[in-house]
Amino acid sequence: MKKIKNIIAGVTAFSLLAGMTGCGGNIGSVDLTDSSVSSGEERTVSTDGSTSMESVIGFLSEAYRQKNGVKVTYNPTGSGAGIQAVQEGRCDIGLSSRELKSEEAETLNGTVIALDGIAVIVNPQNTVANMTVDQISKIYTGEITNWSQAGGDDAPIVCIGREAASGTRDGFESVTGTEDKCKYNQELTSTGDVIQTVASNPNAIGYASLASVGESVKAVSVENISPSEETILSGEYPIQRGFLLVTPKDKALSETAQAFYDFCTSSEADELIRKAGAVPVAK
Amino acid sequence: MHALLGICGFIAIAFVILITVFLAVSGVPAIKEIGMTDFLFGMKWASTAAEPSYGIFPFILTSVFGTSGAIILGVPLGILCAVFMTKIADKRIGAIVSGAVSLMAGIPSVVYGLVGMIVIVPAVRSVFGLPDGANLFSAILVLAVMILPSVISMSETALRAVPKEYEEGSLALGATGTETIFKVSLPAARSGILAAVVLGVGRAVGEAMAVMMVSGNVPNMPGIFRSVRFLTTAVASEMSYSSGLQRQALFSVALVLFVFIMLINIILNIVIKKEKGS
Repeated sequence: MKKIKNIIAGVTAFSLLAGMTGCGGNIGSVDLTDSSVSSGEERTVSTDGSTSMESVIGFLSEAYRQKNGVKVTYNPTGSGAGIQAVQEGRCDIGLSSRELKSEEAETLNGTVIALDGIAVIVNPQNTVANMTVDQISKIYTGEITNWSQAGGDDAPIVCIGREAASGTRDGFESVTGTEDKCKYNQELTSTGDVIQTVASNPNAIGYASLASVGESVKAVSVENISPSEETILSGEYPIQRGFLLVTPKDKALSETAQAFYDFCTSSEADELIRKAGAVPVAK
Repeated sequence: MHALLGICGFIAIAFVILITVFLAVSGVPAIKEIGMTDFLFGMKWASTAAEPSYGIFPFILTSVFGTSGAIILGVPLGILCAVFMTKIADKRIGAIVSGAVSLMAGIPSVVYGLVGMIVIVPAVRSVFGLPDGANLFSAILVLAVMILPSVISMSETALRAVPKEYEEGSLALGATGTETIFKVSLPAARSGILAAVVLGVGRAVGEAMAVMMVSGNVPNMPGIFRSVRFLTTAVASEMSYSSGLQRQALFSVALVLFVFIMLINIILNIVIKKEKGS
């Protein structure tokens, strides 16, 4: 019996540990990152922030590494955490997919390098092709609960969203004026999960970065404007946000970081940003 | 050599102590700031709202209900499967089942979650005619399957440890095979089976990844067909973006979860000690 007890204790302890690691990939990095020196190494640039910018920063850093041999690291922690990391000097450049708040703008500069449209997506079987911003916000706040009220078939609406503090959710809720008022049926933790869920549920509505939307779901027009590079750049498509590079005001960037920053804001980066699915801003 | 082994043993203890201290130190401040009652029995979790509120009672209830549901479905199935493997099946088939069970134990939880998300969630939606299938019920189904390997293998060990004489005696007295299994073998193995149940509870309470993918993750009060958030998924889904009091509160949620698991372990120890004593 003793043996069994030991086995159980072991397995329980193990599953606890496994649970813990599952719970937070970032638990370890909370306090430890303070000690990791960001600018100490000569030839690397560290970036930290928005998970929505993963593909943009991926394309930029890969091209930059091939060109100059400088390694750009990327820590996908979310816009809020990225901004905090620059403030605390834990990374060279912060990445944010939301505008800086006024108190953040006191100490930090934000430079828009690209625009990203947030597509409102529905299942391909859904007959609705166009919605107004007002309809969308009513759907998400629970005022409209049936597709027939939005020009579709008689079916309940299932609102799919992102977890609190996701940059996409923040962008979507601020444009539609639904901050803290959304009644979600599901709060998922990644863009891919949202698309997968909408693709598999004919009643669902969701939102995701336009760059990630593929064939499996249908992006509806908003105010009769379909989301595309042209309509986003011209500002016609209403649900959009900027991708920002965040840098400290009081402290100059290291030479390496400044060079990468210049690269990202040069016209050279345009094609790469486009490849990553976002819209480069005119330079 | 003894010193080396000693160090290895000590490392395990050191990790446990490290985690306990870390969780206590990082989890207590938020509970103090929010207030014990407001935190544990608060009905509303809105960590990023303009006026945030941090009540984790919905999470606690969801974890309790989800785990109970998984136990109700998974444990009978697991025990009967163990009975089949040890008492009924011939050696070859028993070995096949046993192999399948160990394989099941090795499947990563994200795979259970993925299958749940793509198969179970749409199935629950169409079978019950719901607008959406990501709810407590789907999570219970996935958890019930996930606890099977631990329940089966613990029960199997317990059933195999029942002395042959008991069963032979029962059969010799004229009891049928079925009577022998349910009136002699299972009662004789009850402490091991009880341990299997507690182990299943531990597994179900601590699971994060798979339930996150099928439960919908909205901090509602639990209902069988409502989108819910577990203690584990509360931590997992917000940790990466959190800051300030929200982050501290997440550590406090982890602390509550840790206390839960500790209690389960203590219960397990008591159960086993009691059985040994009697």
